[in-house]
Amino acid sequence: MFNVLWLQSGGCGGCSLSLLNAESPDLMTRFKSTGINMLWHPSLSEASADEFIHVLNDIISGEIHLDALCLEGSVMQGPNGTGKFHILAGTGKPMMTWLEELAEKAQYTLAIGSCAAFGGITAAGSNPGDACGLQYDGKEVGGLLGTDWQSPSKFPVINVAGCPTHPDWVTDVLSQLAMGDLRTEHLDELNRPRNYTDHLVHHGCGRSEYYEYKASAEKLGDIGCMMEHKGCIGTQARADCNIRPWNGKGSCLDGGYPCINCTAPEFEEPRKSFTETPKIAGIPIGLPTDMPKAWFVALSSLSKAATPKRLKDNATASKIITPPGKQN
Amino acid sequence: MSRKIIGPFNRVEGDLEVEVEITDGIVTKAWVNSPLYRGFEQILQGKPPMDALTYTPRICGICSVSQSVACASALAEAQGVKPPTNGQLATNLVLACENLSDHLTHFYLFFMPDFARDAYQNKPWHNDIATRFRAQTGTATATMLKARAEFMHITGILAGKWPHTLSIQPGGTTTSASASDKIQLLGKLTSFREFLETEVFADTLENISQLTSDDNLKSWMESHPQSDFAQFLKVAEDLELDKLGKINAKFMSFGVYSVDDKPFLPQGIWSNGELSKLDTELIKEDISSSWMLSQNGAKHPYQGNTLPDPDQADGYSWCKAPRYNEQVIEVGALARQTIAEHPLALDLVKNSQSNVRNRVITRLLELARIIPEMENWVKHIKPDEPFQITAKLPDEAEGQGIIEAARGSLGHWIRIRNGRILNYQIIAPTTWNFSPRDKDDIAGALEQALIGTVVGEGGNDSVAVQHIVRSFDPCMVCTVH
Repeated sequence: MFNVLWLQSGGCGGCSLSLLNAESPDLMTRFKSTGINMLWHPSLSEASADEFIHVLNDIISGEIHLDALCLEGSVMQGPNGTGKFHILAGTGKPMMTWLEELAEKAQYTLAIGSCAAFGGITAAGSNPGDACGLQYDGKEVGGLLGTDWQSPSKFPVINVAGCPTHPDWVTDVLSQLAMGDLRTEHLDELNRPRNYTDHLVHHGCGRSEYYEYKASAEKLGDIGCMMEHKGCIGTQARADCNIRPWNGKGSCLDGGYPCINCTAPEFEEPRKSFTETPKIAGIPIGLPTDMPKAWFVALSSLSKAATPKRLKDNATASKIITPPGKQN
Repeated sequence: MSRKIIGPFNRVEGDLEVEVEITDGIVTKAWVNSPLYRGFEQILQGKPPMDALTYTPRICGICSVSQSVACASALAEAQGVKPPTNGQLATNLVLACENLSDHLTHFYLFFMPDFARDAYQNKPWHNDIATRFRAQTGTATATMLKARAEFMHITGILAGKWPHTLSIQPGGTTTSASASDKIQLLGKLTSFREFLETEVFADTLENISQLTSDDNLKSWMESHPQSDFAQFLKVAEDLELDKLGKINAKFMSFGVYSVDDKPFLPQGIWSNGELSKLDTELIKEDISSSWMLSQNGAKHPYQGNTLPDPDQADGYSWCKAPRYNEQVIEVGALARQTIAEHPLALDLVKNSQSNVRNRVITRLLELARIIPEMENWVKHIKPDEPFQITAKLPDEAEGQGIIEAARGSLGHWIRIRNGRILNYQIIAPTTWNFSPRDKDDIAGALEQALIGTVVGEGGNDSVAVQHIVRSFDPCMVCTVH
């Protein structure tokens, strides 16, 4: 059995709720298939109050073996480093202190969601809660546990980033760990599982043809490419959202709104509106990272000149008004 | 007399601590503490107003769409815009999908597993309940998760994903359902209906909606003993859950699921058997018992501010204390169905006021009442007509967005100056239900509901407290935000 303890702190609980969306097979069957034992999870377990505090104490004393500690939500360090913005109920002890103690016992520590990984939404604006991630504070390595921290199994904190996380991202990494298959080279430069960050959100985007011809949406709800005007950064964002569907068939792009790169640190502070593309001399800043800018501009001008009428018509409509094959 | 701190509560959304004063094994006073503060109202200050649509859903992962809809409504009022009928239908469908999915999650994953506890092993029903509802291993868990996940495909079709969509906008939705989407939506609803009619009710949704009284419900229970609903009713009868967590509550509903200005569930205030009109000007937030920097008296949310201060001497929660016309209010499905004057809800409240049993019954009643409505909404979608209109947001404006989330009345109040958010205030359902004491030392709804609960010496037998707390289906991350 692979024992998992799941705690929540400065977050919304959405990664847990998303996890319950796991399908074919459902979550319980997934756990069964790789021997995952959810020792305690806030939405799933019977143990409450004192019963639960006993579990925590038994882990710290070594009586219960803990394979994986999952934190969902940011670490709340405020106010003034006291952690009083989240005192774990019934214990009088800041959650951040519990986390430090438990992380020493867990063979692996996982940050579930961008809040736990980097601070995330809770760290937006003036970051009133002094929220940070387990091993990152925004883009800076460090966070609660510190730059050099390693789990007893010599792993850094595994950052299953996303806002929220896709259920598969979470069950994949837990299952790999349970089977002993995960190695540090399976993590990317931000310690996110490469299972999903080897892809760009752009891959499999249903709007690709509009992207190719730079046929752009002008407002949310238009079916054209949202990169030029509507703030979409799916060409830079690392995730497989358009390859692995969400809730049966969706993704942000399919839902008619741009990718905001929610798997990345500091996505919560884009320093512009989420749904607008900042431009210099009419050219969007933040182009695909691994392509020379001049090439991109040249190719864009060419493709824009060659845009079929069909795509031009449809890009600024909410549904296809000019179907293929009609005329160009 | 002794005191006991109980927490953390799981199978509620977020973290929660309850302190009780116990005399002769009975709770005589209670204090509810929401122990997590994040500061969304501070985060939103100075942001571009439309970005609130990205931030506010992330207040809560279980009521994410509700936050979206409240935010979009507030911005719509600021813009003076109204979504076209298609946009309203699509929004209703996504919101109802979340709300009903929350009711289902509450019943199967959060509430019922407490009756599978060993504390009840001598009860004649324990074996059946434990087999069906025990946390994680009960036979209902996997079945329910499958049904829930497939039902949530409605959000995949109409909102891109759940939680945290940006599809819900002031002027409608960014998605436009196609003719093919309509057929898929109906298919998902039919599958979900089948699950409800087989597992939850073992009867048609229409028959459940037509239950008119407590007596009616009792004979229904006896004729449908294998349904999960009847299993609950049987336990409720044996444990007298109609006497547990009982208060003579004043109810509020902000109204929800409007199509062309007619809400399917109306807004209103219910007090001592009298229905009256809602006036949101009478809503004020008191911070006498909150860890907040003191302000001059209770404030309407347009005037309110949020400045945390953990050293406030009288504070015991991060939660503020909202009051309606200085009165404590209970919100949720029971309030909503009573204000909608559903005969069963009216009879339940007449007979036994607000209590653990009635809160749970009305959630299941909503499952039965709303699914047929969702089927209607899908049928009324006209794929060739617009789902959204866009309008400019003025640089100076304010707006109120009030809706019903699964757990009750949710309000957003936004003030915009120089094209930026000057002030954003949120009052969530559990802020009402789990509010701390106000300036007059009047306890909040849960604090009142806990009084009189038998918990044994030292409070060691506190499973009744668990039932009461969970009967409100609290969402603590929304509560403080």
